[in-house]
Amino acid sequence: MADGRAAAKRPINPRLWLSGGWLLILVVAALAAPLLAPQDPLAQDLFASRLPPMWQGGSEPGFPLGTDSLGRDVLSRVLYGARIALLVALVAGSCTCALGAVLGLIAGYYRGWADVVISRLIEIWMAFPPVLFAILLIAVMGTGLTSIIVAIVVIDWTRFARVIRAEAMTQGAMDYVASAKVAGRGRFGIMIREILPNVLPTIVVLLTLEMGIAVIVEAILSFVNLSISTDDPTWGSMIAEGRAAIHHSWWVLVVPLITLFLTVLSFSQLGEGLKDHFDPVLR
Amino acid sequence: MSFLELKNLNARVGPLPILRDVSLQVAPGEVRALVGESGAGKSMIGKAILGTLPDAIRITGGEILLEGEDLQAMSPKARRRLIGAKVALIPQDPLTALNPARRVGPQICDRLVDILGWGRREAEARVIELLHEVHIPAPERVMRAYPHELSGGMRQRILIASAFAAEPQLIIADEPTTALDVTVQKQILRLIRDMQARHGTALLFVTHDLGVVSKLCQSMTVLFGGKVLEDTSVDQFFSAPDHAYSAALLAATPKYTDPGGSLMPVPEATIHAVEAEIAAHDLAHQIETVRQ
Repeated sequence: MADGRAAAKRPINPRLWLSGGWLLILVVAALAAPLLAPQDPLAQDLFASRLPPMWQGGSEPGFPLGTDSLGRDVLSRVLYGARIALLVALVAGSCTCALGAVLGLIAGYYRGWADVVISRLIEIWMAFPPVLFAILLIAVMGTGLTSIIVAIVVIDWTRFARVIRAEAMTQGAMDYVASAKVAGRGRFGIMIREILPNVLPTIVVLLTLEMGIAVIVEAILSFVNLSISTDDPTWGSMIAEGRAAIHHSWWVLVVPLITLFLTVLSFSQLGEGLKDHFDPVLR
Repeated sequence: MSFLELKNLNARVGPLPILRDVSLQVAPGEVRALVGESGAGKSMIGKAILGTLPDAIRITGGEILLEGEDLQAMSPKARRRLIGAKVALIPQDPLTALNPARRVGPQICDRLVDILGWGRREAEARVIELLHEVHIPAPERVMRAYPHELSGGMRQRILIASAFAAEPQLIIADEPTTALDVTVQKQILRLIRDMQARHGTALLFVTHDLGVVSKLCQSMTVLFGGKVLEDTSVDQFFSAPDHAYSAALLAATPKYTDPGGSLMPVPEATIHAVEAEIAAHDLAHQIETVRQ
């Protein structure tokens, strides 16, 4: 009875499918990059530099999206760049989510001094400009994948903590929490069994948004040369290099830019789509 | 001996008293009404017993005795266990009283499993039996449903079944029908009465509906401003109320015999008199505190 009705009510959500589809393509491309990439992403060939993409005159067969000023294949670099972008999105996104959600739940449900401490911490944290804060952290920790991930977690956990705290507070005031208490359940048990399932949709939506943000932050840091070593192909560093050559080889800039744009858009739209998907059931 | 006894219970929000020396008793199997207007503190008494008072409200004096044991002297865990085993709640609003993210069945079984240590399967069988008892068609299917798939009346029935599931000695019903349609209200009240009679559970029925009190309850406590004005049997109250406020309350109830008659408010003079009584009580209380 239950499942049939719920399924019938929910039409296929194009937003969910388009964004999910793009991300799926990206994941497959990242996983299969060694198989799909036509060239070594690091191989330089000054004789093949600034080759245009294949639909323009003067292109060469092995380089479907052209080459940059050092003769490196743009498509291969974008594919390998997806590996780093998605890795950062996944790891940094989940870590941020875990830290922020736990602190938010504790502050919102336990209240009292825990709430005071965590809320003040959030307020102080949010007074720092995030990107500047990240650059500062990387400068201190040194560049590298781990530093990027740590920096994203450190600057962005407040986003989760704030929202989950508010949500946990609303849920904590509901009668079903009082009923659970009367039924002999302890505070921790109530938080895990009663509150958490109700804030889970919010957590999932925030997580997808956070993944998009992680991709952007990573690109920004690469753009200012503070990400992973400059040899590794990242979308941010490609955009930075392409910017210098925009007048004679636009594709070096435009291809990673579009990929980045679509990816971040997809993450945020996936979040929106999931929110719609969860909404009618739980509210 | 009474099952539940409150002795001179006082509670405050900041400096503001919300319960003033409340004393009441509920004997085993007794159906007692807790009557008063909005803000009289009726729900707060229920919450004080169950230990679900909001953080802002502090109990500043008095005792809550359950079978002679003082609940406030117990550790929170021991208190939860005792309350969970012996007292249950039928909440006011069935829409928020069930967790929207969990299926109905496991939610009701929790208490049996956690407190009484039953097995899951055993608990489920018992709950299905109870759902039959509260006239829910196809209980097995309802157990697997989420709360939003059920109507308000269905949910209230489920909560009633859930309250009786662990065979508690006392059930606190906090205005269990105010959130329901008038047509459903009557069924639910009849159901609570039948279940109470069958299980012999004591019932503390929080309400502002005197009509309900006259049909359902044996004894009643009238509250105003957190103070007990009258503690009497229902027959006594309806034939010859003791307190002036009770009399005014009774006079304000619309009557079937006079359908076109205008509604009578409680006269302001009576309200002022009661307020003066409460102020005098507060003053006496303060003098007592200072003297000590």
